Amino acid sequence: MTTLTQDAPGTVPDMMRHFRRKKVQAFSVPAVILAYFVYVFFAFDIPGLADRARLDNARILVADSYSHKTHITRDNRTGGITMAVEGENKGTYPEGMSPDWVSKQGEDRAVVTLEDGHEVVIDGPTMRYDVPGYGVIAAEVSRREGVQLDLPEARVPDWISATSSRVDITTEAGRVTLTKARTEVMRYQFGWELFWFTLDSPFYGKSFFELAGLAFSGERVVEGRSNIAAIAHDIWNNRMWQHKDVMWAVFETILMAFLGTMGAAMLALPLAFVAARNFNRLMPVRFAVRRFFDFVRGVDALIWTIILARAFGPGPLTGSLAILLTDSGTFGKLFSEALENVDNKQIEGVQSTGARPLQRYRFGVIPQITPVLLSQLLYYLESNTRSATIIGAITGGGIGLMLTQAIITQKDWEEVSYYIVLIILMVMLMDTVSGWLRRKLIQSDAGGV
Amino acid sequence: MTETSMTGAPAGRVDEVQSAYMQMTRRKRMYSGIMLVVFIALMASGFIVADDRNAGGFWDGITNIFTFPGEVLSEAGEKIALLPALMWEFLPSLIETINIAAASTLLGAILAIVISLLSTRGLARWPRLIPLFRRLMDIMRAIPEIVIALVLIFILGGGPVPAMIAIALHTVGALGKLFSEVNENASLNPVEGLQSAGASWSQRMWLGIMPQVAPNYLSYALLRFEINIRASAILGFVGSGGIGYDLKNAFSWGQGRYDEVAAIFLLLFGTIVFFDQLSGYYRNKLIGEG
Repeated sequence: MTTLTQDAPGTVPDMMRHFRRKKVQAFSVPAVILAYFVYVFFAFDIPGLADRARLDNARILVADSYSHKTHITRDNRTGGITMAVEGENKGTYPEGMSPDWVSKQGEDRAVVTLEDGHEVVIDGPTMRYDVPGYGVIAAEVSRREGVQLDLPEARVPDWISATSSRVDITTEAGRVTLTKARTEVMRYQFGWELFWFTLDSPFYGKSFFELAGLAFSGERVVEGRSNIAAIAHDIWNNRMWQHKDVMWAVFETILMAFLGTMGAAMLALPLAFVAARNFNRLMPVRFAVRRFFDFVRGVDALIWTIILARAFGPGPLTGSLAILLTDSGTFGKLFSEALENVDNKQIEGVQSTGARPLQRYRFGVIPQITPVLLSQLLYYLESNTRSATIIGAITGGGIGLMLTQAIITQKDWEEVSYYIVLIILMVMLMDTVSGWLRRKLIQSDAGGV
Repeated sequence: MTETSMTGAPAGRVDEVQSAYMQMTRRKRMYSGIMLVVFIALMASGFIVADDRNAGGFWDGITNIFTFPGEVLSEAGEKIALLPALMWEFLPSLIETINIAAASTLLGAILAIVISLLSTRGLARWPRLIPLFRRLMDIMRAIPEIVIALVLIFILGGGPVPAMIAIALHTVGALGKLFSEVNENASLNPVEGLQSAGASWSQRMWLGIMPQVAPNYLSYALLRFEINIRASAILGFVGSGGIGYDLKNAFSWGQGRYDEVAAIFLLLFGTIVFFDQLSGYYRNKLIGEG
């Protein structure tokens, strides 16, 4: 110990000590990170995750996001067969119309051809499912005895689940369920069905070229409307995909971001002058304004959203005000820092021409902080588009709300994936626009007078 | 044009320059004026549309903006003695929220280091794949955390893990971009020296680049941690653990549990301000060193 203290810096023992310390550091930092991850691993109960994870949900989600299913349903109480995309009212085939793989023979009989030679025949209360390589599964529904199943083998395979009240058959080609209430055949197909036109539209099932031809032909498909307007009307009012509502929701989200960001900047700019050391000599006022900035920033958009939703109700206005409040704190801080860094020479130069204080600010200060101000503003505009999606999910407005609702119903996963794609496109669009504007405005400002 | 200015008297030329200048200024003023009018029109119409599509109107709402905070405050005031106990009760959820933020920031930052090195010209392991990694970062940055979190909650069930993964993914995108900007300014000399000594790619990055960029990385990661605490509180509100979840429960219960709401507001506010100050202090120190 005594020898160490005598070592002057730069001698060999001193260097060795330095190296040893570096070595310890090099190992201790990864070790601390690793230890933290081990702690998190148990604190978040990741070993228990395997039990809680629902991989079947994941499968449904993935399969549903790029495909759709069509339900062929026989009502076992009143009789009669209906066909509907996703089993929804809005996607029901009108009388006399059916998918080309279903042949309806009479009121109560239908032959459903599935893929790979699978075939289901519904005939009144009976159902026959011909599975290639297995045999014919027969079932009959009666009011008194429920569902009776007749299999080619005695043993029930694991892809069939059967009780007296419900039978589920799941194969590669589709799904059949029988209950006292209904017999239902479901077939999965690739693609988003009815995305452009619903079944009740005269344009349903037409190819792009047919539509283009119709659009420019004089013959009117719908009375009192030109074809191109009728096509646009049918797409815009598509009840299955609700293009009108979805586009409004995207617009609302962008509106929230725009109003919130611009409003915050307009509120923050004058306050930033009050908070900047070189523009306001009154220390207590400066202090108060700065604490105000810290306060609105610290309360956070989540809490502002909750408080404001109470006063204004759900909707885009609440979202924009929440963004406005949070960001006025952030902008106030950023702008006042920018103001404290301005060059005094320019202000003095303007002052020497006899400019009044307001003119001094306008011509001496504002041009100096414009680049900082604009680039921050545009950066936040992009970032707030994302925040607006999240705030919309909390307060109820915009695309965020539609997304949460679609996820909560847990069935329209193709709509969920559609919304996700739209959100990504929306954020990327705002990113591109804000980047373009930034380049344009800041460049022209630097080059101009 | 040139002829008149060549032959004209000096006084005439000054006039001409002045009038040209005034014309330019006028045009610039006109453009600025048009921009201003367009901007004001956009703001006003945007406000009207937002007001129209909102459940409650702006002018009705503004009058009772203090009603809800007032109710919360008065109830909290009545039960002020209970507040410390309540705050203690919610401390574990707060710790969970902070843990989500910390774990996702760490995880995201580690992945961001790798992906940023892979997408920086001059450092990339596979230079041809640079555009691929950049696109990947763009997409990760563009997806709001809530989207991934909601989908993962459906698959993995509630709890902190979906939020952690969602925030970590966004962090990779956001930090990766900033990190690769830092990397671009790093000197290549140590890398070349190491390469001449036969170092592998990972050794070159670890020994040649890391010491140069570590302070900037840390500073950005701290800023991200600050942002991620807010994000993790919000994700709790839509169903994945932490203090946000408690806030939602207490809040939807309504009157009678506003003391809990107040306790959580206070905890959240205190935490956000504390970590803001902490990270601000260390960032100043780091940048001062660098």
